[in-house]
Amino acid sequence: MSDSLPTTPEAVRQRAAAADSRRRRQARPVSRQWRRRGLMAAYIVFVLLPIYWLLNMSFQSNTEILGGLTLWPENFTTEHYAKIFTEPSWYMGYVNSIIYVLMNMLISIAVALPAAYAFSRYQFIGDKHLFFWLLTNLMAPPAVFLLPYFQLYYTVGLFDTHIAVALAHCLFNIPLAVWILEGFMSGVPKEIDETAFIDGYSFPRFFVKIFIPMISSGIGVTLFFLFMFSWVELLLASTLTATHAQPIASVMTQTKGASGIDWGTLAAAGTLTILPGIVVVYFVRNHIAKGFALGRT
Amino acid sequence: MAEITLKSLAHTYLADPQSPQDYAIREMDHVWHQGGAYALLGPSGCGKSTLLNIISGLLEPTSGEVLFDGEVVNSLPPEARNIAQVFQFPVIYDTMTVYDNLAFPLRNVKTPEARVHQRVMEIAEVLELTAQLKRKAKNLTADEKQKVSMGRGLVREDVSAILFDEPLTVIDPQLKWKLRRKLKEIHQRFAITMVYVTHDQLEASTFADKIAVMYEGQVVQFGTPRELFEMPNHTFVGYFIGSPGMNFLGVKSRDGRVMADDTELAVGQGIHDAVAGARSANIKLGIRPEFIEVHAEPIEGGMQARVDHAQDLGTHSIVYLTLGKLPLKARIEEDQETPTGTAWLRFPDEHIGLYVDEFRVEIEHD
Amino acid sequence: MTKVYNNRAWWLILPMLLLVAFSAVIPVMTVVNYSVQDVFDAHTRFFTGTEWFREMLNDPALQAAVLRQFAFSLTVLAIEVPLGIGIALIMPKKGWQASAILILVTMPLLIPWNVVGSIWQIFTRGDIGLMGWSLRELGYGYNITSSPLDAWVTIILMDVWHWTPLIALLCFSGLRSIPDAYYQAARIDRASKWAVFRYIQLPKLTNVLVIGVLLRFMHSFMIYAEPFVLTGGGPGNSTTFLSQSLTTMAIGQQDLGPSAAFSLIYFLIILLVTWVFYTAIMNMQKDDNNQEA
Repeated sequence: MSDSLPTTPEAVRQRAAAADSRRRRQARPVSRQWRRRGLMAAYIVFVLLPIYWLLNMSFQSNTEILGGLTLWPENFTTEHYAKIFTEPSWYMGYVNSIIYVLMNMLISIAVALPAAYAFSRYQFIGDKHLFFWLLTNLMAPPAVFLLPYFQLYYTVGLFDTHIAVALAHCLFNIPLAVWILEGFMSGVPKEIDETAFIDGYSFPRFFVKIFIPMISSGIGVTLFFLFMFSWVELLLASTLTATHAQPIASVMTQTKGASGIDWGTLAAAGTLTILPGIVVVYFVRNHIAKGFALGRT
Repeated sequence: MAEITLKSLAHTYLADPQSPQDYAIREMDHVWHQGGAYALLGPSGCGKSTLLNIISGLLEPTSGEVLFDGEVVNSLPPEARNIAQVFQFPVIYDTMTVYDNLAFPLRNVKTPEARVHQRVMEIAEVLELTAQLKRKAKNLTADEKQKVSMGRGLVREDVSAILFDEPLTVIDPQLKWKLRRKLKEIHQRFAITMVYVTHDQLEASTFADKIAVMYEGQVVQFGTPRELFEMPNHTFVGYFIGSPGMNFLGVKSRDGRVMADDTELAVGQGIHDAVAGARSANIKLGIRPEFIEVHAEPIEGGMQARVDHAQDLGTHSIVYLTLGKLPLKARIEEDQETPTGTAWLRFPDEHIGLYVDEFRVEIEHD
Repeated sequence: MTKVYNNRAWWLILPMLLLVAFSAVIPVMTVVNYSVQDVFDAHTRFFTGTEWFREMLNDPALQAAVLRQFAFSLTVLAIEVPLGIGIALIMPKKGWQASAILILVTMPLLIPWNVVGSIWQIFTRGDIGLMGWSLRELGYGYNITSSPLDAWVTIILMDVWHWTPLIALLCFSGLRSIPDAYYQAARIDRASKWAVFRYIQLPKLTNVLVIGVLLRFMHSFMIYAEPFVLTGGGPGNSTTFLSQSLTTMAIGQQDLGPSAAFSLIYFLIILLVTWVFYTAIMNMQKDDNNQEA
């Protein structure tokens, strides 16, 4: 660009023509689009490659795995999956995990919704301190709580139950849910509440019929996060369980046998832990794009 | 500086348009002359903003051409068109100061800093923003923000036209007239072509020398505010301009008389001949509420009507009448007597418009 | 929003409070209790005061672990934040590709953490792993069980793989909230791509990035399962982070007093860093608002 801006119609026209021809010659938008797609594709490959490798191994026999590197299963086998689906110690791991995750999501959202509403709408004694204290629970390393939790749940007789893990995960999931929901709720004008009360709605009816539908995106995203952090957590879940409520994550450590690691089964079990996540993302995919900013843009 | 010509321009948002209804802009030709102050007036959804975005280059028209000074600019992106646009909601760069906001378009083309400073100070002065120059733009009030976004258009010396897309929507009513006057002042001072989109006829007529009224993707009339008022080209313009809008009576000629439903209208021979001569079933007579003569006493050649109610607006009142079965509105000045119960009406021939298939047809008066 | 003063709001808080208190207050009290005592068995314990704290703070092994932890957290933040922003910028916004890519990008976030470790263990092994094998075929003697550098790079790569999606999704969502008019105005102002990013997109991302950085800092500081499965903390102690040191001490060696003291120090470090970061950001924003004075 020249320093002086064109001031005559002639100059403007010349520059327009020059810009136009430059654009045609370079076909810039198209090349930029391809660069964008190329970069995106590269990242997706980076994400998928390790997962592909896991999938690849889960369909190979252990002899093939250890026999040498093959880029795809040459002797395709589903023996590892068959093993997981027929042995109770394996498939109950999934069932246990799903049970405590669902329990935790239910408990967390049920107590977090009214609490978040209170924080977003009212002032009360100690509100700020309470909110801050809640957030500090997010920062507590699970490792810190290993021993106390073990002792606590052992004492109250909840050791090795699903509810123990579900309650333990409340430590970080409830504060997270309150925090996310508070962001969404503050985005809903208070006039909505006032109008509903004037129209004669009782608080519970207003909350369920009007308020919750208005923040459905936020609830979707909150559930996503609750699922995520409960599903992926291993340390507390495996410490608080033995045989009865053992999560899949700790069942997987069984693959380390006397004869080395059972790679095929480990890979198949790993692959199966990815599936619930994909199902969850599929359901909330439309909320993610809008709501992932947690109502705080 | 540029003259903007639209040549057989049409636009649709659909991939496969079937009927004229599928077009946001129906094929049209139009010229905005250099240095004019124009308004683009119409109800929401009539295609005003689409047209504006086509002119600025944010949208590429489906067919037809946009010409600046006779040069086709269809393929030019907005940044190459030397056009400024002010949006409905003020767009400002939050993190920058007012000064940096104003300087932004100049710095983008690497204008020397001394020149930038000179221009920014000049424009800030015109817009009365000098005191705010050092403030962060995000802390300004809505009207100040809108002034900043105008300023970013004005600061460029090469700008050939400024387009306004309902810029006063978010401004407080008492500040609207102030900003509008500022715009007018700027227009006179810089002689830039300005196109102002609005759905408010008052805003349009106070700002613009000429108004283009849009309806269903077409410019149905382009004229001065006075022309739009006195001689609407299209029934829509009649409805839309004026407050209240024009009265329209569906009429036909029967036995040498002009009939609106079963009511005979007392109108001149010229109008009767025109009605009789029209080759359509859709014939309407239009008369503005301001031009209906309303008398409380019987008069020679007056049509008797029932007075339903009157609305006193201070300086004048609006009377709601029923003539036969047809509702009418008439405007009565303060000094005139407002009739009750029954009124006698007269339609002056020279103020009656004849509309065939919704478009105005000239009447030859005797 | 102006809030109504109403102490009955406590009733809405109460169920949540009871649950969190059960999960947090009682265990924290246990930890505090242990941290000031020397426990021999269920009946014999001595009050030790701050002795354990002093011992822990002076322990060179733990000091090294803290430094390692900071090095790790800062490195992954430095990579994941810009990368996440970049990915958010190039993610498609419409059509089926948008949904598909959204799902693919989110996938690593929903894999159990120890499985993430396993995936990378399998992927990077020299004999059966695609990456490990390829690097060796290319002539690089890649080995995460003997080379601390390889172990570090691999763990960071794993964390980038695992957590960049969080930043990317936060930013993607933030970008979606920018009205079109901003981009249109920028084109008319002839802003360059960089200027659009710097003055329109980045400012709108500030809030989500604060959330992203905080979450990432906290979680990276608590990392346990992934490196434990991948490297077991080795070679030597080169990838032993704080959570692992703590678990070894508490469960492995049953050193209740010292590990409780260590727990509290650990927790306080996270709290402090988070608080400093958060206060700094808030002050910056306040400065912005005060400039009009």
